[in-house]
Amino acid sequence: MSLLTVKNLQQYFPVRGGVLHRAVASCKAVDGVSISLGESETLGLVGESGCGKTTLGKAIVRLLKPTSGSIEFDGHDITRVSTGALRPMRRHLQMIFQDPAESLNPRHTVRDILEEPFIVQKIGTKDERRQWVVKLLDKVGLSASVMDRFPFEFSGGQRQRIGIARAIALKPKLIVCDEPVSALDVSVQSQVLNLLLDLQREMGLSYLFIAHGLNVVKHMSDRVAVMYLGKIVELAPAVDLYQNPRHAYTKALLDAIPIADPTQRRERQLLRGDVPSPINPPAGCAFGHRMKHPKWKESVSMDLTLQEVAPGHWVQPCPCCT
Amino acid sequence: MTAASSSILEVRDLVTAFDTDAGRMTAVDGISFNVPQGKTLGIVGESGCGKSVTAFSITRLLPQPHGKILGGSIRFNGQDLVQVPIDEMQKIRGNEISMIFQEPMTALNPVQTVGRQLAEAILLHSGCSKAEVLASSIEMMKKVRIPEPEQRLSEYPHQLSGGMRQRVMIAMALINKPKLLIADEPTTALDVTVQAQILELIADLQKEMGMSVILITHDLGVIAQVCDEVAVMYAGRLVEQAGVFDLFARPRHAYTQGLLESIPRLDSTPKTKLKAIQGNVPGIADFKPGCRFADRSGREHTEAQLNTRPPFVEIAPNHRAENCPVCVA
Ligand SMILES: Nc1ncnc2c1ncn2[C@@H]1O[C@H](COP(=O)(O)OP(=O)(O)OP(=O)(O)O)[C@@H](O)[C@H]1O
Ligand SMILES: Nc1ncnc2c1ncn2[C@@H]1O[C@H](COP(=O)(O)OP(=O)(O)OP(=O)(O)O)[C@@H](O)[C@H]1O
Ligand SMILES: [Mg+2]
Ligand SMILES: [Mg+2]
Repeated sequence: MSLLTVKNLQQYFPVRGGVLHRAVASCKAVDGVSISLGESETLGLVGESGCGKTTLGKAIVRLLKPTSGSIEFDGHDITRVSTGALRPMRRHLQMIFQDPAESLNPRHTVRDILEEPFIVQKIGTKDERRQWVVKLLDKVGLSASVMDRFPFEFSGGQRQRIGIARAIALKPKLIVCDEPVSALDVSVQSQVLNLLLDLQREMGLSYLFIAHGLNVVKHMSDRVAVMYLGKIVELAPAVDLYQNPRHAYTKALLDAIPIADPTQRRERQLLRGDVPSPINPPAGCAFGHRMKHPKWKESVSMDLTLQEVAPGHWVQPCPCCT
Repeated sequence: MTAASSSILEVRDLVTAFDTDAGRMTAVDGISFNVPQGKTLGIVGESGCGKSVTAFSITRLLPQPHGKILGGSIRFNGQDLVQVPIDEMQKIRGNEISMIFQEPMTALNPVQTVGRQLAEAILLHSGCSKAEVLASSIEMMKKVRIPEPEQRLSEYPHQLSGGMRQRVMIAMALINKPKLLIADEPTTALDVTVQAQILELIADLQKEMGMSVILITHDLGVIAQVCDEVAVMYAGRLVEQAGVFDLFARPRHAYTQGLLESIPRLDSTPKTKLKAIQGNVPGIADFKPGCRFADRSGREHTEAQLNTRPPFVEIAPNHRAENCPVCVA
């Protein structure tokens, strides 16, 4: 049984305008996404800026109120539960953000930050909590001596470690990692990625791993989902996706990766045009529309629900892109 | 290093520092490199290593009054840019040397239309008529592949997407056909798809106009795809410089080796451990006099090696490195 099952999730934001500041349209940030995630599994999520990755992540950990669809976590339907009812589940459902500086309170010491999850959940005595904090720091490779320092006194990589320590404090089952290494120096990125891999092995964590860098996503994931304009267009085992991409958008993304090897320079089939806006998205296959594909019109009247084309390899069945 | 006659720019022993409340901070600490005529030199390095300060030193755009070039020379077209009076430098900049900045919004004026800004860039350096200015603006917008250029000229920067803004900035930088383009992280804020477009655009225009390029980035993938020569910077210094094929095939400095090994490759097995460089990039206040990579190299350095700067020398044909005997094996 899977740990997380998301069905046909929609997350719309009102777009306000006019003198009355009324909702005049909606931004369909996540528009009918279905995914599942097993125990100790990592699902990678890639796509261009604005395609809805962060929104999907936030909806799953219920930092947002989904517009429609359902989210089942660990056997419970959490789509509409209130914050209060969510609390006991919250400890199993965590999120790490791109910019650790923004998500760590600058006026709190490392000790305050790491003790907080225990205090919120009302567990442990003062002494116990202190011991746990020392253990957590050790787990993420920081020394106990940093406990009374403030976030700004650390480097980006160290701050991300503190963010990870906080996320794993209550032994969660699932962590949504939203671009956890994008803000880090290259030489520090691999330290943090290794830490995430170690913690997964040790604690049996599941990750939804969001990133721009496709090589990073591939390295971290068992399966990868490719998102375009609020929808998943392809989902497959990591290696399979990179070796046999089926959707034109996946191919374009793979093609654009700058490979760190000058002997592998290539002529690219460059994607033209910019990422379209999720406000009033086109009907049918959105990528076919962007590419002005002659067969796009056919896709408008089609059911574009993902279909399994090889074991575990799902793709949008549209006439223009697959 | 290539013969002097075929270099458009020769930087020697450049030292640039900032006067801060905590004292003088040397951000660029004696670096030397050449930019080969018509080619692309990549400068790669992690945050804070001095890439932008190097670019601002060459274009003499260092923040005043704190930023100062303390020593060295920058030879361009037979003159030393370090010594050129500032009004003379203004003529060179935007005409013979242009720069694309890391963050387009800092370079574009938010309250002026794109067309007005392009026109100003042209007029500053030539005596064209209004019609000629409009015609070359439209031509340049087409060159950087902005759709509906006539209409875009009347728009403001905030009305454009990130990729489009970056293209407008490239148009402004190239409109006077510079001999040298300095592109400081031109694609860092963009998606890989748009990044590929912009890099291809720069390469096409380079071929067409025969210009030389300094491409600054922290992305070794970008370097591998588009550069001819590579200079690797670490903590205010160059640690290695070589032709791109040579550098990727035979990195000699422990830092370059570590960087190349730590990036996840597409053909790696998912979820296996990556090689990592221990520790963190040092801050400017913690720069050491000797080998600056010593504490992260995992290799024992003597007191003398920690305190004396290793020379930056040719260790193989056309391959230079900061020759710390421990870090360069
Ligand atoms: N709170 C909000 N209110 C209104 N619109 C929003 C809100 N959050 C996100 N959006 C919009 O939803 C769309 C998806 O945004 P999201 O941040 O999820 O994209 P992303 O894939 O994470 O992009 P990036 O790679 O840049 O982080 C965007 O068009 C964004 O402007
Ligand atoms: N105006 C300034 N005053 C004081 N120090 C400065 C100033 N500008 C830059 N520095 C310092 O000079 C060093 C080099 O900065 P620089 O901007 O060149 O780094 P960079 O290599 O371009 O990094 P990034 O990849 O983050 O752009 C840094 O330590 C920075 O803090
Ligand atoms: Mg995001
Ligand atoms: Mg910079």
